[in-house]
Amino acid sequence: MNQRRILIVDDELSVRKSLEEWFREDGFQVETAEDGEAALKKLPAGPFDIMVIDLKMPGMDGMTLQKRVREVDRDATIIILTAYASVETAVEALKQGAFDYLTKPVDPDDLSHVVQNALRQKELTEENLRLKEKVSELNLPTPIIGQSPKMQHVMDMLRTVAETDSTVVILGESGTGKELIARAIHAQSRRRYFPIVAVNCGSIPETLLESELFGHEKGAFTGAQYRRKGKIELAHGGTLFLDEIGDISAKMQIDLLRVLETKRFNRLGGDTDVSSDFRLVCATNKDLEKLVEEKSFREDLYYRINVFTIQLPPLRERTGDILPLAKHFVEKYARAMAKPILEFSSEAEAVLLAYRWPGNVRELENAVERAMVIGKGPTIQAADLPLAMNGDLVDPKDLSLEALEKEHIGRVLAQHDGNVTQSAQALGIDRATLYHKIKRYGLRR
Amino acid sequence: MGPPVFVAFLNGYAPPWAHLVIDGLGASLPHPIHRIDLTFDLRPYYAPDRRQHHATLLLATLLRHLPEPGAKIVGVTAEDLFIPVLTFVFGLSQLEGSAAVISTHRLRNEFYGLPADEHLLRTRTVKEIVHELGHAFGLVHCRDQRCVMRASTYVEEVDLKDAGFCDACRTMMESRP
Repeated sequence: MNQRRILIVDDELSVRKSLEEWFREDGFQVETAEDGEAALKKLPAGPFDIMVIDLKMPGMDGMTLQKRVREVDRDATIIILTAYASVETAVEALKQGAFDYLTKPVDPDDLSHVVQNALRQKELTEENLRLKEKVSELNLPTPIIGQSPKMQHVMDMLRTVAETDSTVVILGESGTGKELIARAIHAQSRRRYFPIVAVNCGSIPETLLESELFGHEKGAFTGAQYRRKGKIELAHGGTLFLDEIGDISAKMQIDLLRVLETKRFNRLGGDTDVSSDFRLVCATNKDLEKLVEEKSFREDLYYRINVFTIQLPPLRERTGDILPLAKHFVEKYARAMAKPILEFSSEAEAVLLAYRWPGNVRELENAVERAMVIGKGPTIQAADLPLAMNGDLVDPKDLSLEALEKEHIGRVLAQHDGNVTQSAQALGIDRATLYHKIKRYGLRR
Repeated sequence: MGPPVFVAFLNGYAPPWAHLVIDGLGASLPHPIHRIDLTFDLRPYYAPDRRQHHATLLLATLLRHLPEPGAKIVGVTAEDLFIPVLTFVFGLSQLEGSAAVISTHRLRNEFYGLPADEHLLRTRTVKEIVHELGHAFGLVHCRDQRCVMRASTYVEEVDLKDAGFCDACRTMMESRP
């Protein structure tokens, strides 16, 4: 723990010495000043946890000194000492923001209490500021980085659907940011002042998922010592986000369908109807239509939830977003690790752009975090990135010239989000030639 | 063992339980404890308006009576003590110094209108001597409720704590020259 610091300002040497001894024995680091001018000169050596200021001093009096201190340190904790106790001076001192005042000679118990209270208030004020900062950080929506036309289309759909109360299915490969989109829908919906409750259906065993979603009554099963509300109940008024909906069991599909139709359910082991008003947002990396065809996902549930679908593109299809995302993650981890914001070397940028990102944005974030941990700066090098070592880059030795050309044109098109004019410029060929090659190689724009 | 500690009963203040205080100190302090009796004129330290003695000035005089260099001396008086800014003190010490002084005046039950209790007075006296000596050895106030270095601004707080050091303060005491 840092040593607490106190500044004692009194023109009487014996008072300064007495208080200095008293506070040193209490573990304070003590500074003293014989008048207001000397005290102001000591301020740069602060900050002081507490200032004890005598009211009546030759030259600048305690009230004036307090005012001058506040011009420098608005939150200074000041205790006024006075041998001339009167209601007027006390009220004036407190009006000017003094924490308290004490009349000399001071009862040791009073001095001890006032100092302890002042320290406690200071600690609480500082803690309050820290917590406010923390809360504001938590409330900051995680930005969705994506200037590519595909992501702009996603954002347009998000804004459109957020205003409604419709069920939304978010489709996309693992790591594309489905939960982020779900939270953005919630944050822009009329339900935003109520909770968004997220459940990852794929990570919870079926037996536990039932209890997790519907809650249970006391004694519903061994270990159910208390009634517990389920996630559906907790989402009342807000949004229920079911991730990996394609993974839920046949029984759970029936139960969920019933809840969606009636907005009512029973807790496990209970026979009382519980109602919950929630908006459902689901996500999956599976092809739900195919699951329906295979009869592993109920058709009626599929049509019930598939009111509005948002398809998230994989990162390799929006390469224009790779570098902005990487820079966003650098800033994020620089803040978290209290490190400077590093730039990518041109080689590192080339590696990031060339990689296929099977793990999508999540993989990119992990790669940047790792690079921030091991990178020595001042720039992030290609060697700091795990992908440079894992061999997922296409080795030119494995490709014919034709295959290499196809791969390269495909990558350039992706970088320019399918814009033929820009891609042709980047490739140094005319548009007609590029159209011809796109057709020849069967490339998708 | 550390430096010797001299407990000086001042100006003929020689309670019949003084030897028990010396024994009690031995239980808390590993240092050789010696009792001495000192007599000097206390009148210059008396403040008639407060009807108390100036503890800081008394401390300065005790320093001049230090029996040997490097030793610690703690004066014990029945007079009420003060320092200028406070209404009273139970005791005073030079932090990391050689001298300390304590007063039994406000350690007596009679001061609070209660029946005399010699055992309680003796116990309080031992605690205050150990506390002030702790400061003389460089210790500051401790947050441990039971530690003798816990700050006490009224007598009940003296009763609440033990006469010994907590583990952390004991370790610090033992590391002091």
